[in-house]
Amino acid sequence: MATFLQVAFDGLLNGLLYALVAAGLSLIWGVMDVINFAHGEFLMIAMYLSYWLGFIWKIDPLISSIAGGAFVFIVGALTYRLVISRTIGKSAMSALLATFGLSMLLKNICLNRFSPNFRLLQDTLLGGKTLDLAGIIIPVPQLVIGIFALALLFVIYRLVNKTRLGWAIQATAMDKEAAELMGINTENIYLLVFGLGGACVGIAGGLLPSYLAVHPEVGALFSLIAFICVAMGGFGSIPGALLASLLIGLVEAFAGFYIAPVFKYVAVFGLYLAVVMVRPRGLFGW
Amino acid sequence: MTDPILEVQDIHCGYDGVPVIHGISLEVAQGELVAIVGANGAGKTTTMRSIAGLMHPFSGKIFFNGKDITRLKAHETIKLGISYVPEGRRLFSKLSIIENLELGAFIKNDRKEIERSLEQVFELFPKLYDRRAQVAETMSGGEQQMVAIARGLMSNPRLLLLDELSLGLMPSLVEKVMEAVVSINRTGVTVLLVEQMVQEALEIANRGYVIQTGKIVQKGTSRELLDSPEVRKAYMGM
Repeated sequence: MATFLQVAFDGLLNGLLYALVAAGLSLIWGVMDVINFAHGEFLMIAMYLSYWLGFIWKIDPLISSIAGGAFVFIVGALTYRLVISRTIGKSAMSALLATFGLSMLLKNICLNRFSPNFRLLQDTLLGGKTLDLAGIIIPVPQLVIGIFALALLFVIYRLVNKTRLGWAIQATAMDKEAAELMGINTENIYLLVFGLGGACVGIAGGLLPSYLAVHPEVGALFSLIAFICVAMGGFGSIPGALLASLLIGLVEAFAGFYIAPVFKYVAVFGLYLAVVMVRPRGLFGW
Repeated sequence: MTDPILEVQDIHCGYDGVPVIHGISLEVAQGELVAIVGANGAGKTTTMRSIAGLMHPFSGKIFFNGKDITRLKAHETIKLGISYVPEGRRLFSKLSIIENLELGAFIKNDRKEIERSLEQVFELFPKLYDRRAQVAETMSGGEQQMVAIARGLMSNPRLLLLDELSLGLMPSLVEKVMEAVVSINRTGVTVLLVEQMVQEALEIANRGYVIQTGKIVQKGTSRELLDSPEVRKAYMGM
């Protein structure tokens, strides 16, 4: 029983991390109909930023996460201005390929500058610490990311659903032209949404180096998992992405522990296939 | 005529380089209710979209209050006081009525002013008050049209552009909506109306323009147009 709970808890904590990464992707997709293939690379550059801040100036990932969020907010906004805005009104394929190209560019710049080596920050505030909760060992860095994820998802959910700015974001998603007629500058909304989506992964990426090694390919798997979380949860739905992420975290942990680690992604993608076969628009999709 | 609040000078406009309207000029004076009538595809909506700033003419100029607005975007023209209620209503379907109305007042920051506008539109359409928490897409066509007009009024516009209000409404509702337009106009809002239902529109308007294949073919007071044999033959089946 204790083992079961332990595995479940590990899975949930991982799921929360996925949710934080997926939330940004979901927001961008939901509002702009753009799948950001560079999302995983946004995570990676935030991880590198956090790593180098920690390595050179001994800044802890806890603080670097704020820098990561701000940095990737700017990267996201610039991506919109310089790349995505040129694809608006063209075929959906052009935005997709443009972000794919951007992901290759970012990955290869990091490969070229930082080499393919795995880098892990040593002696961080949280690194290696654990909590013992009635026999269940909880790794502190993962726990902190989980708490950050829940808090951030809550803030974004409130922002989108309970504020005038949020209504403007939703209005832009539903009918861009009608939103313009309300006096909403939809260009600015897109810019903001891309920035916010980036900030979510930026914060996640900033925290990660205290327990996960940075390397140029680190974003790829997260990209894929986040995409599944979004598709499974229902495109554009933040609660859907959260639920799907937790499910995926759990399935991954259980399959990895009770079957074999090599099978964990078989279980994850199997679950995804099963869900979209029954509900093609995802759990919370309409 | 007094100084026009809206002046459209010989605009040529179209989509993807294909012209739809070929030199339209019109004027609307402060406080007037003017109708543009004509068949489907004549270029009425294109004219409205150009005024609102959703698209820009290839040539020609548009003035509002003497200011050149030809190149302004839609989110800029509304700040000057032009509110466009588009064809097909275009409500934010998953949002509630009250959220739709709040977005209509997006350019306003003064809470008191927004509350006042809300009171005014609920006075005009009392039904909407009872339905304010309802999601827009679950309402009937007539109710949705009321929300669309109410949303257009929330920014306290000086000029209200109404596009094809009668679309998809049953005749008794069309009459009700037209009555609402008249009472809006009486509160001092200048109205430019576009309609396929020629008779209904001209009956409430002061003046009218008849538009055909992208050109204005006739203009005059509503009475003159309603009495004109060409208009009666072409649009009223008489």
